[in-house]
Amino acid sequence: MTALETSAPPPAASGRLTGWQLLFNNKLAVLGLVVLGLICLLAALAPVLPIPNPNATATANRMQPIFSEGHLLGTDQLGRDILARLLWGTQISIAVGVSATLIAAFFGSLIGLVAGYARGRVDNVLMRGIDMIMAFPYILLALAIVAALGPGLLNALYAIAVVNIPFFARNVRGVTVGLATREFVDAARLGGKGHAAILFTEILPNVLPVIVITMSTTVGWMILETAGLSFLGLGAQPPQADLGSMLGDGRAQLFTSPHVSIIPGLMIFALVMSINLLGDGVRDVLDPRLKAGALNRPMPVTRIDRKTTPPAEKPGLGLLAVENLETSFARGRGTAPAVKGISFTLEKGECLGLIGESGSGKSVTALSLMGLVASPPGIITGGAVYLEGRDIFSLPEAGITALRGQRVAYIFQDPLTTLHPLFPVGEQVAEAVSAHQSIGRRAAMEKAVALLEDVGIPEPAQRAKSYPHQLSGGQRQRVGIAMALANDPDILIADEPTTALDVTVQARILELLQDLRKKRGLALLFITHDFGVVAQICDRVAVMQHGKIVETGETAKILADPQHAYTKSLIACVPELGEGRAFLDRVGKLFPQPGAEGAS
Amino acid sequence: MAGYIGKRLLAAIPVLFGLSIIVFLIMALIPGDPATAILGSFATPENVARINRDLGLDRPLHEQYLVWVGNLMQGDLGRSFRLNRPVLDEVLERFGATLILASVSLVLCSIFGLLAGIVSAVRQFGWADRLITLFVLIGISIPSFWLGLLMILIFAVQWRVLPASGMYAVYGGGDFWDLLRHLILPATTLAVVATGVIARLTRAAMLEVLRQDYVRTARAKGLSERKVIYKHAFKSALVSVVPVIGIQAGFVLGGAVYIETVFQWPGIGAMLVNAISTRDILLVQGGVLVVAASYVLFNLLADVVQALLDPRLKS
Repeated sequence: MTALETSAPPPAASGRLTGWQLLFNNKLAVLGLVVLGLICLLAALAPVLPIPNPNATATANRMQPIFSEGHLLGTDQLGRDILARLLWGTQISIAVGVSATLIAAFFGSLIGLVAGYARGRVDNVLMRGIDMIMAFPYILLALAIVAALGPGLLNALYAIAVVNIPFFARNVRGVTVGLATREFVDAARLGGKGHAAILFTEILPNVLPVIVITMSTTVGWMILETAGLSFLGLGAQPPQADLGSMLGDGRAQLFTSPHVSIIPGLMIFALVMSINLLGDGVRDVLDPRLKAGALNRPMPVTRIDRKTTPPAEKPGLGLLAVENLETSFARGRGTAPAVKGISFTLEKGECLGLIGESGSGKSVTALSLMGLVASPPGIITGGAVYLEGRDIFSLPEAGITALRGQRVAYIFQDPLTTLHPLFPVGEQVAEAVSAHQSIGRRAAMEKAVALLEDVGIPEPAQRAKSYPHQLSGGQRQRVGIAMALANDPDILIADEPTTALDVTVQARILELLQDLRKKRGLALLFITHDFGVVAQICDRVAVMQHGKIVETGETAKILADPQHAYTKSLIACVPELGEGRAFLDRVGKLFPQPGAEGAS
Repeated sequence: MAGYIGKRLLAAIPVLFGLSIIVFLIMALIPGDPATAILGSFATPENVARINRDLGLDRPLHEQYLVWVGNLMQGDLGRSFRLNRPVLDEVLERFGATLILASVSLVLCSIFGLLAGIVSAVRQFGWADRLITLFVLIGISIPSFWLGLLMILIFAVQWRVLPASGMYAVYGGGDFWDLLRHLILPATTLAVVATGVIARLTRAAMLEVLRQDYVRTARAKGLSERKVIYKHAFKSALVSVVPVIGIQAGFVLGGAVYIETVFQWPGIGAMLVNAISTRDILLVQGGVLVVAASYVLFNLLADVVQALLDPRLKS
């Protein structure tokens, strides 16, 4: 989990809306509902509407065009009224599609429930069977079943239901597996309920949303496919007619009277489209993952929306000066601040430690400096970051991108998730080189290998061809450092670079950073929660709590004489060798409430 | 890589085995009597018994299956009694035409689906995204057999720019360009649904990948947004979309049944529809089996492509 994901706001005020209200807020879903309702109403009213008998033939009156007298939509090849046939056919198509859905939902859900609840061999046998059905191309299996049962509407219905069973079985099984191990199921079992009772009174109600989602996404298909089988002549048999067989029969007259086949097709399309629109709406309401808005595409640079714009240039400032930086996260209609107006400076060759617990805003601060906070939901709501006196947030997007990695480079926490898993590490380092230097591919790769060697990777030429998953944690972080050094940056921002590593590797990585800093005259902003690490490498330290800097000063001074209570408790958190349980007793008292989980 | 392909091939064997059982069972459990179907309802009991013995239908089911699989291994799928020729010959001939149609469709839907999905994700909530989302909705809701008729009406009847049906022109055709002209309408129609599905999933995959830590790393390096999207994000998204393309192969092979009927494409789908109507059971059996097996191979191909993209899958 990254800091940013966990800090995504939960659905706030909208949580109070009921499912129906949410559904009615979705304009497309409402459109689908209205069209579907209209079609269903017309189809249901077919017996009472003043329309001719759909099966009354009149050969003298064949293939009348639309809007002809007495026949609003014309007549077909046997002189039958198309409007009447359309309404009756719609009735049949809907009935067949919905029946197929119910059958598939019943058997599929049953299989899924049993497989997910029983697990073991039952699960294995049932799901292998489902896999076998899915190994067939969808419609082909339906064809084979119709071939065996013989053409006919009912057989087509069965065939379509069977091929849709896997969708229900798989979805329901997935949810059931998770539910079967939950406490309330254990409680019911201990209460003496039988397996069947548990399945149908405890688990089924919790699985219903999944069944409804699957139904709403498959019913359109099932109408489409039963119509398709009828179109091929394998479904409805004359004189019975659904939309598909009307379309299929009319095809012979395609060139002379296209409306005979086009009209029923249009009806299928309208029907399926309205169902799919409504189904998407239902899914959005019932699937909570889509509600949080987590699927918004992050912008290249964090959105900058400052109430007051500070001067774009302030001469006379040092290498890096952060002034009243404020970063917030959009939450519902408002914003929740994560960094509340912090200021600090960083001079050439200096190492500043930014320390605080998870959720104190230290990572968000680090990412804000180069506009890397994912946005949405992140917004820079105030303050400025001056790099040699020029405000970064006043630059155009391309200007900020040009500084990233060139002047200010990052090392992130977990090198397994922060290195791209699908590219060799050498290429990833070379890419950082050529992002800012116009040298050839080969020269960039040579430089990358040299960088890998600089950060202490043995046999760098070979290792350059490795993928991240083939390296150890320490080596991966060395790659991350090599990538950061690719363009000789002035400032290195290390966001908990050693937290994901074990202690011995951690020590070596710190040694490497310290070494590089001295050799290259780098300024280092070191984000950590560990005062032990700060004591080792930082010249100065700033202590962050709840998005604010509560204390700042030289490391030695702060360690010797911390002023703020929070600083004292953080310092006390560094265990001493041989302390044993006494450490837990000592630290436990310092944090009366468990530290806030979530964003760091 | 060779080892990985070998492993996947081995894993495909039980699937093929299962397919053969299902196909065999569906056909073996047909109500009614194949002998009567062949001889007609006026057959004498002696003749029926003789046909049953010839076809091995008097033996227990599992023996029948073993005999059937044994013959299958030797390339013998029986004879089509309506066409009076070996099922395998007919099926392979027809399958060639279906394979051309399905492959071209699959290429089309992959290209357009991926492109549309990327544009949709990059321009999220912009007009291009809305337009593509609308197209996707239409694409997955439209009956392909109806769309085919519309295509014929527009391009073959109204504008007379493309042929309405068949694989080659009756007179003077037969070369590659003739085939291509005949392919355009059916292949496009067949690709529409799959394009929609692939576009939808590509969009979702791109949006998900763009939130990953390693994309943030790419941005922190100072890469241009173009490189971030088309190199870093797209490669990861592709890894999750490739299996979906494999699954779409199934929908394309199945959907070919409609398209071949509409455009009178001489493929296996049109053959199956005829064989079902004429109760030519052995031909149905052979046709279904070959198409289903080819779907397994398409999925295998998707697995291999996925492993080529993602080195983690090989180990």
